[in-house]
Amino acid sequence: MADVIDIRGLALTYERDGRRTEVLRGLDLAIQPGEFVAIVGESGVGKSTLLRVLIGLAQPSAGTVEVRPSPDRRESRLPPMALVFQDSRLLPWRRVAANVGFGLEWRGVPAAERRQRAQAMLDLVRLGDLGSRWPHQLSGGQRQRVSLARALAEEPDVLLMDEPFSALDSLTREDLQDELLRIRQETGRTVLFVTHDIDEAVYLADRVIVLTGRPAGIGAEIRVDAPQPRNRRDPRLAETARALRAELSQRSAEL
Amino acid sequence: MTRLRRTVLAALGLGLFLLVWEALPRFGLLNAALVPPPSAIPAALASEIRSGVWLAAVLSSLSHYATGLLVGSLLGVALGTASGMFRLVEDLTAWIVRLIRPIPGLAWVPFAIIWFGVEPAAAVFIIAIGVFWIVFFATQGAIRGVDRDLVEVAEAFGFRSARARLVKILLPAATPGIMVGLRTALGQAWMAVVAAEIFGVPGVGQRMMQASSLLATDIVLVYMLTMAALYGLIDSAFVAAQNWLLRWRT
Ligand SMILES: Nc1ncnc2c1ncn2[C@@H]1O[C@H](COP(=O)(O)OP(=O)(O)OP(=O)(O)O)[C@@H](O)[C@H]1O
Ligand SMILES: [Mg+2]
Repeated sequence: MADVIDIRGLALTYERDGRRTEVLRGLDLAIQPGEFVAIVGESGVGKSTLLRVLIGLAQPSAGTVEVRPSPDRRESRLPPMALVFQDSRLLPWRRVAANVGFGLEWRGVPAAERRQRAQAMLDLVRLGDLGSRWPHQLSGGQRQRVSLARALAEEPDVLLMDEPFSALDSLTREDLQDELLRIRQETGRTVLFVTHDIDEAVYLADRVIVLTGRPAGIGAEIRVDAPQPRNRRDPRLAETARALRAELSQRSAEL
Repeated sequence: MTRLRRTVLAALGLGLFLLVWEALPRFGLLNAALVPPPSAIPAALASEIRSGVWLAAVLSSLSHYATGLLVGSLLGVALGTASGMFRLVEDLTAWIVRLIRPIPGLAWVPFAIIWFGVEPAAAVFIIAIGVFWIVFFATQGAIRGVDRDLVEVAEAFGFRSARARLVKILLPAATPGIMVGLRTALGQAWMAVVAAEIFGVPGVGQRMMQASSLLATDIVLVYMLTMAALYGLIDSAFVAAQNWLLRWRT
């Protein structure tokens, strides 16, 4: 199948006060439709930067990012990707439902349809009753669900997620991980998921990519063979996690 | 309990104040023609209302007030937003602002009269200038202080134009700060009303000057208290509107 995202030779240099920091260099990555890819790497390696390039918040200094929207996507002109930020970043002056419908506004989706779609997404993340609340009336986990619903409302070809669960307690986090897997099952979305939690990456993803180096590129790539739905205690997952940890510590030792 | 206590104390204090005020002229400690006792006010108010002067003065002052407030805040929000959003505008206007800003509102009176005559427009002009600066600076600061992260949300969801950024993020996010400026302006403009009318534009200020030249101090007092009461009403209404508008905050 044709890749939905094809990144070749991507490089990115930040410039600030005349000082240049090359964060990414020579990064190649291809993602197939329906894949769940996790990206791990130590703090500051450039994981968020990669997502920012994909969503258009940062401009690459070299290389190409090719996105091939699905055919029906191309007609609807909806953006091919949507991002879930690490901190939920809801707009505090909008009620929950209006936050979920936010991304649809600039496409001129009529208000009635927007409300309908927002409600469907809230149902999907199991917050169907909370549409009329203000963001400050939600718990951290609920806020993250709303943020996920806001991204899903775009019906993106690729869902980008930047450490979406890392600020949550472990119970809520596992809850949301399962929720995400269920939603992915139901919607068949392609997911690119950044995390620094190796167990999380292994539990969720079909493929885990290790970002290493300064500037960073793809250091290693490991497939997770256990079929979905998975059991957290599956020894195959533990095995893969062990291999990933070894890979990461070896890579950082090389630096 | 403590709240009730405080209300009682406040009422007690006010009662005492009125009592002393009443006693001083009544026992001849102060000249009643210069300091009329509070008991003289109801009669004065009644006669002002009966003659229709009170309503006319209040309405005309309120209309200067509302128009000046509207013009000043609209301009203040518009220019404050422009200079908060665009570095170019800020830099271009920096010294102009520094030059004009320190001129007191009342220093504009000569020009107000030359340009507009002794007409309502002159009063509106004086009031609007005071309001403008307060709202301008409040808006500029609020727009500049908007969280970059929220602007990024808009960009990530496809809102790339300056207009979309303004409407979807900057203005709503800056509303609390703008409201603080507006509330300050509300009080400032009320003060400017009297000052602007003292020069003869019909309204409360003009009526007070007339009364004072006739030594009708009780009538002067009627309008002083009228202004205090109206301001209390206006400010309460504004705070109620503000609370409703900002109900999304914790
Ligand atoms: N706007 C910027 N200007 C200059 N340097 C930046 C900017 N944003 C990020 N960087 C630098 O780029 C590098 C990569 O940052 P990035 O946020 O992508 O890391 P990350 O892998 O997401 O880290 P974390 O796991 O802590 O979120 C860091 O060294 C950071 O200091
Ligand atoms: Mg990051």
